[in-house]
Amino acid sequence: MAATTKVSPPKSDWPDEVFQQLRDADVRHISYVPDAGHSRLIQHSIDDPDVVTTMLTTEEEGIAIAAGAWLGGMRSAVLMQSSGVGNCINMLSLPVQSRSPLLMIVTMRGEWAEFNPWQVPMGQAVEASLEAIGVLTVRADSGDEAVAAVAQAAVMAFDGDQQVAVLLSQKMLGKKTW
Amino acid sequence: MVAESTPSGGLGRRDVVARLVAARDDALIVSGLGSPTYDVHAARDDQRNYYLWGAMGGAALVGLGLALAQPDRRVLVITGDGEQLMAIGALATIAVANPANLDIVVLDNERYGETGMQESHTANGIDLAAIAAASGFADTAVVRSDEELDVLIDGAWPAQASTSSQISEAGPRLYVLKVDKDSPPRSMPSRDAVFIKNRVRAHLGLGPN
Repeated sequence: MAATTKVSPPKSDWPDEVFQQLRDADVRHISYVPDAGHSRLIQHSIDDPDVVTTMLTTEEEGIAIAAGAWLGGMRSAVLMQSSGVGNCINMLSLPVQSRSPLLMIVTMRGEWAEFNPWQVPMGQAVEASLEAIGVLTVRADSGDEAVAAVAQAAVMAFDGDQQVAVLLSQKMLGKKTW
Repeated sequence: MVAESTPSGGLGRRDVVARLVAARDDALIVSGLGSPTYDVHAARDDQRNYYLWGAMGGAALVGLGLALAQPDRRVLVITGDGEQLMAIGALATIAVANPANLDIVVLDNERYGETGMQESHTANGIDLAAIAAASGFADTAVVRSDEELDVLIDGAWPAQASTSSQISEAGPRLYVLKVDKDSPPRSMPSRDAVFIKNRVRAHLGLGPN
């Protein structure tokens, strides 16, 4: 397959539809480290009075909060950028070992038209790292795929007791503009 | 400012945890890995206890998630100085989230007990209660004597109070209890994390999936 350098324009309404999928899955808590790719989804969460939104200092906090929320009967999703996945690895022992549902949504860097080489090592290590610790991964390369991936991941996580990360590709999000 | 290091001869960790557990009323307890988990189990095993055996740095944050999910229940995190130091940013996150029903007790022996009693930063001037206070916790204290512990328990978690009145109305609270360097015999709860999780959930009327 010939490689292409064309950057797809992001489907404009995927954050709205992804948020609706989360609400349809009864997600009532969302935690995040601020991120450009997730900004609209985060704002939806903050604006929804029925969703508790928690800002984190580092991504592994969200993993532990999600396990505690499930313990108390509340479904949580954790939003982060690919670099944050590396921060989470040991804390992922908690949902994996306690078989607590976990839904992570990860915006990817370091894989498509990436200008900053410092984003590349962790971006390239995301899937291998998550699989090594026992988290399922599913990639989305378009807005439609993102909506479908989050919907099915919510089922696998909250109904199937799995730990799932949806990776929103940089191809889908578009390269960062400076 | 450098906090004064505590000489040996502080509070007995099993004694103070037994008193916290006796005063729990209907609180849910989350224990941090290592000695705090053994201490809570030694006091009395209970379906309302969530014991961590790993995920270092996660105890207070599991407590936050549980407190957000169960806003009418008091949640008490009992952990160690080393465990909390690993997640010092969590104190900022918890302060900003501001759950009124979350209390954190740090059993501070200024040591990493599980790995050979090496000094932690709290032996060298780091004051977790001051950090929590500066972050905006509703109440903080450093407790060094039985008399101070009496005052703390009577004030924070009054006996015969209804559950709701054991909950701070102002926000999360963090108390540092300076405990001695003894390592009592291990009292080990189940290491089956699925069992412990589902036991707490069953108590809360939630089924396993």
